[in-house]
Amino acid sequence: MIPASFDYVAPTSVADALAALAEAGDDAKVLAGGQSLLPILRMRLNAPEKVIDLGRIEELKGVSEDGDHVVIGAMTTYADVLASDLVRQHAGLLTDAIAEVADPQIRHRGTVGGALVHADPAGDVGAPALALETEFVITGSGGERTVAAADFFQDLFETAVGEGELLTAIRVPKHTGWGHRYEKFVRVSHQWSIVAVAATVRVDGGTIAEARIGLTNMGSTPLRATAVEQALVGKAATDEAVREACAAAAEGTNPPSDLNGDSDYRRHLATVLARRAVLAAAGA
Amino acid sequence: MTRISVTVDGVDYSDEVEPRTLLVHYLREQLGKTGTVVGCDTSNCGACTVHLDGRSVKSCNVLAVQADGHDVTTIEGLAKDGELHPMQQAFHDCHALQCGYCTPGMIMQAIDVLNDTPDPSEEQIRVGLEGNLCRCTGYHNIVKAVQQAAGAGATTGSSAGTTSGSTLGGEPV
Repeated sequence: MIPASFDYVAPTSVADALAALAEAGDDAKVLAGGQSLLPILRMRLNAPEKVIDLGRIEELKGVSEDGDHVVIGAMTTYADVLASDLVRQHAGLLTDAIAEVADPQIRHRGTVGGALVHADPAGDVGAPALALETEFVITGSGGERTVAAADFFQDLFETAVGEGELLTAIRVPKHTGWGHRYEKFVRVSHQWSIVAVAATVRVDGGTIAEARIGLTNMGSTPLRATAVEQALVGKAATDEAVREACAAAAEGTNPPSDLNGDSDYRRHLATVLARRAVLAAAGA
Repeated sequence: MTRISVTVDGVDYSDEVEPRTLLVHYLREQLGKTGTVVGCDTSNCGACTVHLDGRSVKSCNVLAVQADGHDVTTIEGLAKDGELHPMQQAFHDCHALQCGYCTPGMIMQAIDVLNDTPDPSEEQIRVGLEGNLCRCTGYHNIVKAVQQAAGAGATTGSSAGTTSGSTLGGEPV
């Protein structure tokens, strides 16, 4: 399978990329790591006239620290995030989830920013980013703006990144000392999540003081399980207490039905995976 | 058409390619390096795995233009002076293949696994190879081969630098 013909440009700065985007308008697709876009182009589900490759923009790559945040450039590969001690130490939930993305070859090419803007609800980066209350730095011709995680994911494959804009970085609030676990359920190795639950909790003297739970593939966007988060606060990190709180994991969700499982099955899975994820995150 | 300069298996190439050309097609059809095969063509099976700047990638999921200025190692670049790479030798010794179609990608990924984890457990080998499918289900001997190669210190499969100055385009096969 060969993509339809397109023009190709590989700018070396964000300013040049924005200029290329403005010039091409609707007819352009932005290429990040390409691990989702290239299959789409090969299957001709999309046939852009121009592909703007961000792969040569060094300023979009790398992990750094900025006060209470870990800043990850949009073009940082999964493999580089996995190798980052900063991310592991302050946002371990993201490390857990990215370790479950596809396979090593894909993780060498795929980027965190590309995955987030692609916004596949079965992707593994959205739920932990949402749970960690990540801030999304979006750059356009008018400059930078920052969007809260709750406002970033808008619908199936739709985000707050508008026409003529690029996601340039994510700012992850440090959750230093929080426990974390990403529980992913798949039938076949290196596949998309049927359902997954991202949990990070702060335990104080055997009691859950704070909890943040994200859900993968339980609706058209990544979701927060706020009912579970609230129910967990003040509870002992025991199987019984966590099981009871996690019974609400599917509240307010609208999971898909497909060959991997119907909607009700996914609702059930969410409660099971949430319990496992929270217990593991709490070290119980 | 776009001009790209790529080092493949230690040789420099400069070629005109269509931007839509996949790296695997560039390697096979323009350079004649048919050792790298196309398996599923959907980035699932890993048969087309090569090293790009020393890291494994699925070459059906990379554009040739993205490789411009970079270093590619294929299965054809592993043997040196008629001597098989230790990973190739281990696959031979352990009979780590049946039909052999997945083998080029398996070997390239197995080398990547050892580059990351020189002394892997069996589980680390299996997880490290999760992006490579063997339709003959010959995984058992593949794992044995990787274990043997690990014992032989078979890391750093990527070519160590350019060996020739040829700048001719790849010849059609």
